[in-house]
Amino acid sequence: METLQVRIWRGTEQGDFQDFEVPRQESQTVLDVVTYVQRKCDSTLSYRFACRVGVCGSCAMTVNGVSRWTCRTHVSKVAADNKLEIAPLRNLPVIKDLVTDMREFFDKWARARGRFTGSTTRKDPLARISPESKERKRVAAGIECIGCGVCYSACDVVSWNKDYLGPAALNRAWTLINDVRDTARAERLAAVAGDAGCHACHTHISCTERCPMRLSPTAGIAGLKRAVLAATLSGEI
Amino acid sequence: MSQRAQVLLWGAQRISAMVLALCVVVHLLTIIYAVRSGLSATEILGRTQGSVMWFAFYTLFVIAVAVHAPIGLRTILSETCGWRGRGLDVLTGVIGLSLAMWGMRAVVGVFGAGTA
Repeated sequence: METLQVRIWRGTEQGDFQDFEVPRQESQTVLDVVTYVQRKCDSTLSYRFACRVGVCGSCAMTVNGVSRWTCRTHVSKVAADNKLEIAPLRNLPVIKDLVTDMREFFDKWARARGRFTGSTTRKDPLARISPESKERKRVAAGIECIGCGVCYSACDVVSWNKDYLGPAALNRAWTLINDVRDTARAERLAAVAGDAGCHACHTHISCTERCPMRLSPTAGIAGLKRAVLAATLSGEI
Repeated sequence: MSQRAQVLLWGAQRISAMVLALCVVVHLLTIIYAVRSGLSATEILGRTQGSVMWFAFYTLFVIAVAVHAPIGLRTILSETCGWRGRGLDVLTGVIGLSLAMWGMRAVVGVFGAGTA
């Protein structure tokens, strides 16, 4: 039987990799590897997971330098030479081992005004929006974000600019800008404008490359750049 | 710097980039042509001095550079060194003005009327 040589980050931002040997199995995922280590080798290892079937985003980590969902990453796909290096997501404070503090990720979501503001009540009839309208298609392309943080972890500009709102927050803002029921368009465009907003994106496209839901925050951010410039020139914001 | 100014700077960066893309292509083609026709200063200045069209073209080039470079430098310094605020804006603004000044000196020297 083959054995994997696994290095796992231990500690906070200060810490080191610890080495483990894990038996390699068919159809094994990286989450299986982490689980094995915690159960059989070192019960003090801390990590997050929930659904373990690729729908919740909780198990996101850095595997051999790449941000991804560990439950959806087969060992056979990433462990060349039977070697694995597992670290917490980048660009976020480390609470312990593989667990990161997600607060700034969601704070930036709020700063980008990533919540819906409506004008109707439950007594009013439902809004009628065609799924074929161009705005709704833009929303549909970005709405499935579950806030896993992989894009935020993969983004170079997030690493370089601590104020940058990040791809997930901006993607959510884009889906709301295109939601014709929303009434806070101008405030939201103002929230995502400027050096900390959409204009900081350098179109490296790491977010789109790594998004496990196959979304394209890059496209949404490009749309925000156009919308913000137009609104600035017209005086709307 | 106000949000409005930041957005307009970004817009100016995009537009100056489009201008530069055109100018750089023309400049490269011109260099390749010029190299074939004689590289001494006398030969080159003989062709360029007094040309109104080229004077205008290279003035546009200098303006585009003087807009594009400082805005880009501001972002790069901010991302690499973590600089923010008035000091950075003033420094890059001064660099932009310097580029405009030196650039126009060169344009006048190469395309202005010769000192015959």
